[in-house]
Amino acid sequence: MSGVVGVVVFPGSNCEMDCVESVSHLGGEGRLLWHGDEDLGGVDAVIVPGGFAHGDYLRPGAIARFSPVMTAVSRFAADGGPVVGICNGFQVLTEAGLLPGALQKNRGLKFLCQPSMVRVETSDSSLTSRASTGDKLSIPINHFEGNYTCDEETLARLKGEDRVVLRYVDNPNGSVDDIAGVCNEGRNVVGLMPHPERACNDLLGSSDGSVLLGSLLDLVA
Amino acid sequence: MKFTVLVDVRLRSGIADPAGTTIERALPALGFEGVSGVHVGKTIRFTIEAADEEQAVTHSEDLCASFLTNPVIEDAVVTVSPGGDDL
Repeated sequence: MSGVVGVVVFPGSNCEMDCVESVSHLGGEGRLLWHGDEDLGGVDAVIVPGGFAHGDYLRPGAIARFSPVMTAVSRFAADGGPVVGICNGFQVLTEAGLLPGALQKNRGLKFLCQPSMVRVETSDSSLTSRASTGDKLSIPINHFEGNYTCDEETLARLKGEDRVVLRYVDNPNGSVDDIAGVCNEGRNVVGLMPHPERACNDLLGSSDGSVLLGSLLDLVA
Repeated sequence: MKFTVLVDVRLRSGIADPAGTTIERALPALGFEGVSGVHVGKTIRFTIEAADEEQAVTHSEDLCASFLTNPVIEDAVVTVSPGGDDL
């Protein structure tokens, strides 16, 4: 039986159906979860998708983290459940304190919508178990606030604990240490700015995202 | 009592401020010389009900820490003055 991946929908999310489609394309079942839900309905993994949750007012993710579903997502993550935040979802997870650091405006102040090449830095995370360290993947980015920032102490810790999951080969947005994705201490919560759900089919120009979302599905199969 | 609260949200020192840098770089091209240290932040204004000014400050600072700012990248300076400003 295939696992069920819950995809959280906030008012203003816009990548939820891409996530559901890519999960089913890879043999899993995607199920939408409303942000007002207080429980996750027994899903096996959670994706917090991209978009503009609550209009990104104040700061991206600042209001979304107070949505009722986030209490359930935090509990699920604390129990070791796999949680992936993509783009705006990554911003939500940092605001919620599930991942360290913050995403600020891109260096150069341009909204970036383009293919990007990322390097897998660890295969020890809920999103990279099918990949090998050093693998290069072509996965598109689509963001204005994707410039990953954290203090030096946090950065040292992320590097020391092998928690940088993905790095840009050619840093497009000024992220510290070329970081494109990080994981939490338990390695079950991963946030990344690139959109693997938009790269799961050759028709879309790349199917490299299948390695990442396939890794997630391996955990819930 | 009602108090008017002004929250000045700034990026913490050491955090890159691409908007400030871009504005600063653009100024000479517009004929403005001698301007430096440009920083872009945001201002949030609201009215708060509190027993006294001290409580208004405490509540506003709590609000900043938990919601209005992201302490990873931002600091806030809170200014409280007596009287509401609902209009």
